[in-house]
Amino acid sequence: MTTESAAAADPAVERRLHLLTPLRRAWVPIAATVGVVVQQADQVQRWASGLSVTLRALVLLALVVVFGVYGFLSWWFTHYAVTDTELRIRSGLLFRRTAHIRLDRIQAIDVTRPLLARVAGVAKLRLDVIGTEDKDELAFLDEREAVALRAELLARAAGFAPAEAVVLGEAPQEVLLRVGPRDLAVSLLLTLSAWGALAAGLGVPVAVWWFSGNHWATIATMLPMLGGLWSGTVGRFLGEFDWRVAESPDGLRLDHGLLDRAHETVPPGRVQTVRIVEPLLWRRRGWVRVELAVAGSKNEVLVPVASREAAQAVVARVLPGVELAGLAFGRSPKTGSRWVVPVWWRGYALAVSADVFAVRKGLLCRRTEIVPHAKVQSVRLTQGPWERVQGLADVHVDTGANGTVTARLRPAAGAAELLDAQAARSRTSRADARPDRWMT
Amino acid sequence: METGTTGGTGRPEWVGLPGGLLRLRRLLLVIWAVPLAVGTALLLGLTAGPGWAAAGAVWLVALVWGWVVLGRNWRSWRYAERADDLLISRGVLWRAQTVVPYGRMQLVEVTSGPLERRFGLASVQLHTAAAATDAKIPGLVPAEAQRLRDRLTELGEARSAGL
Repeated sequence: MTTESAAAADPAVERRLHLLTPLRRAWVPIAATVGVVVQQADQVQRWASGLSVTLRALVLLALVVVFGVYGFLSWWFTHYAVTDTELRIRSGLLFRRTAHIRLDRIQAIDVTRPLLARVAGVAKLRLDVIGTEDKDELAFLDEREAVALRAELLARAAGFAPAEAVVLGEAPQEVLLRVGPRDLAVSLLLTLSAWGALAAGLGVPVAVWWFSGNHWATIATMLPMLGGLWSGTVGRFLGEFDWRVAESPDGLRLDHGLLDRAHETVPPGRVQTVRIVEPLLWRRRGWVRVELAVAGSKNEVLVPVASREAAQAVVARVLPGVELAGLAFGRSPKTGSRWVVPVWWRGYALAVSADVFAVRKGLLCRRTEIVPHAKVQSVRLTQGPWERVQGLADVHVDTGANGTVTARLRPAAGAAELLDAQAARSRTSRADARPDRWMT
Repeated sequence: METGTTGGTGRPEWVGLPGGLLRLRRLLLVIWAVPLAVGTALLLGLTAGPGWAAAGAVWLVALVWGWVVLGRNWRSWRYAERADDLLISRGVLWRAQTVVPYGRMQLVEVTSGPLERRFGLASVQLHTAAAATDAKIPGLVPAEAQRLRDRLTELGEARSAGL
């Protein structure tokens, strides 16, 4: 499609990003220059001391102008346009790049507002498209514009007519679940891995100091551990603060974050796998964490913490017709399994319903992985020599989000049947799955 | 609610691999093992004494063992085209069986390396949206590989499904 015909079809063609964008773009060369200066500090100092004050000021000014012009030009040459079938992003000063993003292949759209951007009233729009590694971003847009654009893209992806899509605006939403700060904090305190990280973060540096007596070695081991501890506890708290799950016609909306607000949208029918995690200390409270896998998307968490009933209600929207409590899990047989995976064999279980293939594993932290039959790409059966002696086999189910769900230690005869039956189920259940354009 | 003819779905008709791949692998084995055996025997025989030259026989034992293992592995490879999916089964000790519904295929690839070409062989690889799908049939006759590719592509289009 040429630009002219697109212009004829669409009045709102070739838009530019927000005026503040150059500031952000200019950071890249500035950071690079600062890096060079810091690295070559001696030489720079020697060179600068040979210059007069006015000359120094001039050099600084020249640098600012160069960076400013770079930022301005890269902003000037970045355009985006929405057509009937695709979103086009043209960018690049020296190396021109045009990204054509097919609307019906969009897996998720996120609006994120980092802290500084929130202050400035701008937002970033990120698109998850299947099969691409680096995500295409529109940064920055005016906040209202970003929300409107997301609504328009989703409406068009859903199959509404272009004129209608612009007018429709944001689809109405209904809040399904909210996670309070108290529940979130308690859930993080009840996570064993956080305490493990804390123990390691304190214990290992002390041990290093004890044995080596070297301060630098101690600090060098402490910093990455503290970083890990931070991201696992405080970082997670900040990121998952005020987590809201809402339902709207164009999918599930996830809003979260204390400093950086993120607004994610997962269109219906895009979820490949749902994982329900039950850490040991949460089980008494009946809490679960729900994670999901969407092809080509970085979004992982659906619900950071919720009661089992509340999580069930959310999962029912993602996988219609799935009753978590109704899944009848069958454990691996005791006789053979105990010799293949001692003790932990008790954690393995499998349930197959009309809609999903569900696998449970883990004793302390119990994970349940659920794959709708329609999302299964291929089915595999593997059997090692020791498993064959014990009459067992593993069945793997591969999904499009580069994930594999494995039902371990099934009875061999049953596994062969399961392989055939699963292949047939995943083939036929596609026929009554939702269309890609879910509103048509 | 079957999407294809059910006749072919019930009992798979397994097809093994043609002998070319086995010949190629055994030839490679011989090319590596015999010089190694001779080299070891000469080296030890000249430096440590003629009795030590017998150590070269270790490679010959390895050759015989490898000969048998290659044969068993080659015999274990088989595939079946059913009405709606492709089955690939392989492995002697570690057995694996893969089922790929035709509708899930993203692309079919026919590859043939320089050695494979010399022996008139080609491999067919199926790709789905899942990277874990390891559906590869090695060592086919090029004509069969092309027939399979064309048939799979055709069936894939007919039964195509989204993600």
